[in-house]
This record gives sequence, C-alpha cells and structure tokens, in this order.
Amino acid sequence: METKSRTFLMVPYYLWMVLFVVAPIALVGYYSFFDIQGNFTLANYQNFFSGTYLSLTLSSFWYAFLITVFTLLIAYPTAYWITKTKQKQLWLLLIIIPSWINLLLKTYAFIGIFGMNGSINNVLTFLGLERQQILYTDFSFIFVSVYIFIPFMILPIFNALDKLNPGLVDASNDLGASQWVTFRKVIWPLTVGGVKAGIQATFIPALSLFMITRLIAGNKVITLGTAIEQQFLVTQNWGMGSTIAVFLIVFMVIIMILTGDREKGGNQRGNY
Amino acid sequence: MGTTSKLAKLYLALVFIILYAPIFYLIFYSFNSAGNMSNFEGFTWEHYAAVFEDTRLLSIVVNTIIVALLSALISTAIGVLGAVGIVYITNKRLRQSLLSLNNVLIVSPDVIIGASFLILFTMIGVKLGFASVLISHIAFSVPIVVIMVLPKLQEMSSTLVDAARDLGASRRDVFTRVIVPYIRPGIFAGFFLALTYSLDDFAVTFFVTGNGFATLSVEIYSMARAGITLTINALSGLLFIVTLILVLGYYFVANRAKTPFQAGVPK
Repeated sequence: METKSRTFLMVPYYLWMVLFVVAPIALVGYYSFFDIQGNFTLANYQNFFSGTYLSLTLSSFWYAFLITVFTLLIAYPTAYWITKTKQKQLWLLLIIIPSWINLLLKTYAFIGIFGMNGSINNVLTFLGLERQQILYTDFSFIFVSVYIFIPFMILPIFNALDKLNPGLVDASNDLGASQWVTFRKVIWPLTVGGVKAGIQATFIPALSLFMITRLIAGNKVITLGTAIEQQFLVTQNWGMGSTIAVFLIVFMVIIMILTGDREKGGNQRGNY
Repeated sequence: MGTTSKLAKLYLALVFIILYAPIFYLIFYSFNSAGNMSNFEGFTWEHYAAVFEDTRLLSIVVNTIIVALLSALISTAIGVLGAVGIVYITNKRLRQSLLSLNNVLIVSPDVIIGASFLILFTMIGVKLGFASVLISHIAFSVPIVVIMVLPKLQEMSSTLVDAARDLGASRRDVFTRVIVPYIRPGIFAGFFLALTYSLDDFAVTFFVTGNGFATLSVEIYSMARAGITLTINALSGLLFIVTLILVLGYYFVANRAKTPFQAGVPK
C-alpha cells in the first residue's frame, strides 16, 4: 500500500522525466538521420565529417578553451582573496549579484561600450588615438564571454577554498614550504574539484553560445551553438541541426567524464 | 602580509568594478536625453516614460512574469513530489540513475534543450507560443527544485515520520504537516531559483516561442539586434532594482533557514 501511493505521487515526476529528459534526447538522435525532405540518410554525418563542420568544431573548441582559461585565471585569485576577507559571504554575494542580472542586458551594454561611437572609442579619441573596430572582433567576443562566466567560475572555487582547512596551509608554511610550493602542493590539489566544477560550468556553455556570437561577434565567430541555431531556426534543416546537437551532447558527456570529480560528492550524499 | 592584503583588496576592487561597470553604464545612459550611449547630454526621465507608454512592451513584461510565476509554482510541486519519492526509493541503483537523469537538463546546454523541445512540441502538436514556453520553463526548472529539496529531506530524521504515524497521522497528514514544514526552506529556495531561471532564460525560449509570443529576454534580443534604444536601458534600470529585491529576498530566506547554499554551517 505504502509504496503504491508513493509511486502514484511520483507520476508527474516520472512523466516529466520521460517526456522532457529521455524523449528529447531520443528525438534529437532520431532526427539526425533525416535530410531536409524527411528521407532517411546518413548524409548529415558524412557532412559533419567533411571540412566545414570539423573546422567549425575545432574553432568552437578553441574559443571555448580560451574563454575557460581566461575565466579561470581571473576567477581563482578572486575566489581565493574573497575567502581571506573578513566579510566573505558579503563579498561573495556582491560578486554573484551581477550573474542574476539578465544576460541579454549585460551583453547589450557591451554593444554600447565597444561600439564605433562607444565609450572606449571616445576615450581613444580623447587620448588622440584613432577609433578602433572593437565590436564584431574575436577580442570582444572573448571579453564579453569571460565577463559573463566569471561569477559561475568563482562560486564553485570559492566553495572549495572555503572548505579547505587553514591548518594545512599553516602546517605547510611552518614546515618551510614557500608560498608557491604551498599553493602547488596543498591548496591547488585540495581545491581542484571546485576548479573542475567551474570548468564544467564554463566550457560546455561556451561551446554552445549563440546569442553573444550574434550580438557581439557579428557573424565572425561561429560556435557549435550558433550552427545549431542556424540550422534549426534559419535554414530549417532540423536533420543537420540535430546531427550537430548529437555531437555537442557527445562532447558534453566526454567533458563531464573528464571533469567528473563530483560523482564522489553525489554518492556521499546518496548514502543518507 | 600587509602588502598581500593590499594587493588582494585592489584586485577584488578591480574585479568588482569590471563586473558592475556595464550594469551601471546601462543605467547611467538610461537618463540620457541625447538618446544614445556615448554622449551624455542631459538628464531625462523620458525613456522610463517610454517604457510605461509602450503597451506592447508592458504586455511582454506581464507575460514574462506570468510564465515565471506559473512555471515556478508548477515545477516546485512536481519537484517536491519527485524528491520525496526519490528519498524513499530503497534500491540504490535505481535512485542513483534517477538522480543522474534528473541532472541531465541542468548540465545540458540551452541550445540542446531548446532544439530538442522544439522537435518534441512539433511532433506532439503543441502550438508554439505561451503553452510551449510555459511547459519548457516548467521542464527545465523541475530538476533544480529536486536538487534544492533533496538535502533537506535527507537530513530529516525518519523517526519524525515514524512518530507521526505511530500517533495516528494519516499519510496525507504526514506529508502536509511533518515533511513539508520540515523541508520548507528547501522548497522556498527551489521556488526562487525556478523563478530566476525562468526570468533569465533566453535560449530555450527563443527556440520554442514561435512568432506571436515573446518574453522579455527574447524581446530585448530582437531590440538589441536592431540597434541601440534607450528604452532597453530604462528597462534594465527597472530590472536591476527588481533583481536586487529578489536576490535580497532570497538571501533573507536562505540565511534564515540555512539552505544548501550555506554549505559551511557545522552540524
């Protein structure tokens, strides 16, 4: 009786899982075998392995890599020093608030800042320099993306650093390790889980950005996300779009496995 | 030590300034009478007035809020029931795979969610518009509710439920008068997050919205593609205030109740 009523209560949840988790992925896989006329074909996969989509994938990975590296370089020291402040929760809150502001608005701000008649160019002319094309360049794309992802990288790293027992750092210092050695041998290994979580939260979305590429990079940068959006909403070639989506899902799973430090945490929680 | 902390403060201040500069830049120029984002000519409220006179924009704002509230409510209900169900599953394997499936939508890129939902809605014949957007928002908010509620359920001692049962409470009473009050902070946290997920979403909505219906994010996107309009700036000023209230509200609730974000709390 007990279990029966519980299962009954779970019906909406199971229904959600089947309809919106399992079915969509299956549908994407299914659609990837059809061409634009609705005929069964393997051409989409052939097409993917032909030159254009492979180089697109490579460049998308390269951009995602650069974005992740810069985000990490900025976020780690920030997270580290936040844990050293007296009011660390307040500082963390202050750093996190911008991530709650609508993404579109933040991106839109950069159209004004980087534009031909924008603030940066006004400063340049004031300094007697020539106006530069900043918007619609690789630089602006990477800058804006890093800006967007910084809070998402800071949060998991902060949590990892916050859990770190300061006694370990003191012990390392007392035993004569230099600050650099302490960082490399003690702090970094113990916080690498947070870094991995941060990379997960940055790299996968960076592969699939399409709004920022359209608004900030013009059509100069094409990520996997942009290609999917293009196929689905512009060209209306759902088959090709699904094929790219299949590969994006595969890449996502690989990245999850590579950065899969979180499994342990999950199991521990599951033991209750 | 003194120099390090000075450097640290400088660095933090710099990151802080960079993170906030674009937001305040937007708000600053929302008062610009020149109508552009480069030369501040004079102070004006006209762009704010334009927001409130634009009935189309206002109806989009109302749509966005309705979708956010409805999707947060419904996804919270589904998520809470799901979490309660998951906790009582004794088969470890099954529970683990349910949890993994639960997290799929959290880690999936928005583009994938949007594209696959678009296929799904077209196949089962849901008309693109309010319904498809609402259903999508419910769908991607359910797992975050489960994640917020689950730790609360797990830390709840099972003796509480046993005691209630021994004292003659019906199963329904146990749920509404023992379990729900205990996990209320988690429910609130999940509801708030679902609300912000919905308000913030652009990519998924963009895919499933069709022609007739728009949420604020989608509308801002098409406005921004057309170029600079200071109406967007005025809108961002208003949204900034709303967001601040939401965040502070959330932290108030979270701090009072020590929800999962306050991970450092010793037990």
